[in-house]
Amino acid sequence: MTTIGVLGMQGAIREHVHMLEALGADTLVVRSVDDLNRIDGLVLPGGESTAMRRLLDRYELLEPLRENTELPMFGTCAGLILLATEVEGYNAHLRKIPMTVKRNAFGRQVDSFEVDLAVKGIDDAVEAVFIRAPQVASVEANVDVLAEVEEAIVAVRYDKYMACSFHPELTDDLSMHRYFLDMVEATKRQLA
Amino acid sequence: MEKRQVGTDKVKRGMAEMQKGGVIMDVINAEQAKIAEAAGAVAVMALERVPSDIRKMGGVARMADPTIIEDVMGAVSVPVMAKCRIGHIAEARVLESMGVDFIDESEVLTPADEEFHLYKRDYNAPFVCGARDLGEASRRIGEGAAMIRTKGEPGTGNIVEAVRHMRTVQAQVKRLLSMSVDEVMTEARDLGAPFEVLMQIREAGRLPVVNFAAGGIATPADAALMMHLGADGVFVGSGIFKAENPEKFARAIVEATTYHDDYERIAHLSKGLGEAMKGLDVRTLKPEELMAPRGW
Repeated sequence: MTTIGVLGMQGAIREHVHMLEALGADTLVVRSVDDLNRIDGLVLPGGESTAMRRLLDRYELLEPLRENTELPMFGTCAGLILLATEVEGYNAHLRKIPMTVKRNAFGRQVDSFEVDLAVKGIDDAVEAVFIRAPQVASVEANVDVLAEVEEAIVAVRYDKYMACSFHPELTDDLSMHRYFLDMVEATKRQLA
Repeated sequence: MEKRQVGTDKVKRGMAEMQKGGVIMDVINAEQAKIAEAAGAVAVMALERVPSDIRKMGGVARMADPTIIEDVMGAVSVPVMAKCRIGHIAEARVLESMGVDFIDESEVLTPADEEFHLYKRDYNAPFVCGARDLGEASRRIGEGAAMIRTKGEPGTGNIVEAVRHMRTVQAQVKRLLSMSVDEVMTEARDLGAPFEVLMQIREAGRLPVVNFAAGGIATPADAALMMHLGADGVFVGSGIFKAENPEKFARAIVEATTYHDDYERIAHLSKGLGEAMKGLDVRTLKPEELMAPRGW
């Protein structure tokens, strides 16, 4: 059985849990270092990245997550910011995906939008909800770009990490989570 | 859907979902906003005066000076909320035009309209509204509110009304979920709630929007109590910047909200915080001094 953790600091935790369970995975809301040993993959949910970072620091999860090289991770919105090696104007957090991200790049909340999005590796268009969303300003050559909105990069994959600027957890569209679960299971097989 | 769609229910309600498990703090200038952000607030509410000072000042409380709101928007990267008076279409449009991330149609300000609330679906900006029970919450959701907060009694530092309102909403939701479908229309009549909203609640098993607690939260334990009673997060108004040591208080309230069921941790973080805001016994207030009964 595959167990996926959802980082439980703040934000859309419950929604990710529901989607992963709908796909048949076991889930665990991760709030301490010990929880990391019990999961095969980790989702970093949407929320406020500054608030999440303060809590990661305070609860000593930042360093263990930075040092962990085995755990596949999937970040949505604030989670994408947490995974980047560079954040324009701010310190980087977990530094997993070699890319530079720009926070609130589509504007303020009144500019937030939804759109049907083509994602590489997924057959049907994905229902994508962007909320004060970040953009990926640049990536290193070995990062796989999965989706763009008007030439702005909004989804990427690199090694065992994936990230998107939008919130699949706010829709009924399970395709991004299925993609991540497949990645986690492939990683598990490799390690076995 | 080929084109970008703005101002949809998903986008507005989703914005509120991202605030869950967090603390939204009242601030009156850029400096306080930075303290709030550094403490881990998920958003700030830009105001001219916190509710306890509104009480003291008396007179008519209105939308804040746009300069204050702009200063706060320029100072922090977390979302900025601001309040308009109940039913004040022009104040709401002004706040929307400034790019405020969330508008609070709030009973803390003096109502502009004692009969009609705003039709919030007409706006691209999302709205949060106060409620004392499920009927009021459902009416606001029917008008397009993307977030509900229980009203409590603002500016008192007294949790009793916030507890009453949260328990009432939770009990009424439970009752609704236990009803058979043929009882719902009568319940809608009794609560004064839109039937469709009650049907949505039954389907989802909870309110279709997030429900924060507000109005009287003054300590980390107050925040933890409201989370225990089922709040999705908390608003803290006067409680932080009227405390003796706002920075410590802000951090402690954020941590108590995240780890609301870890009482050893709350004991630890509540040590040596200094005086909380003084607070008021709600029963000593005259009826015209109460804010929660504003709006319907």
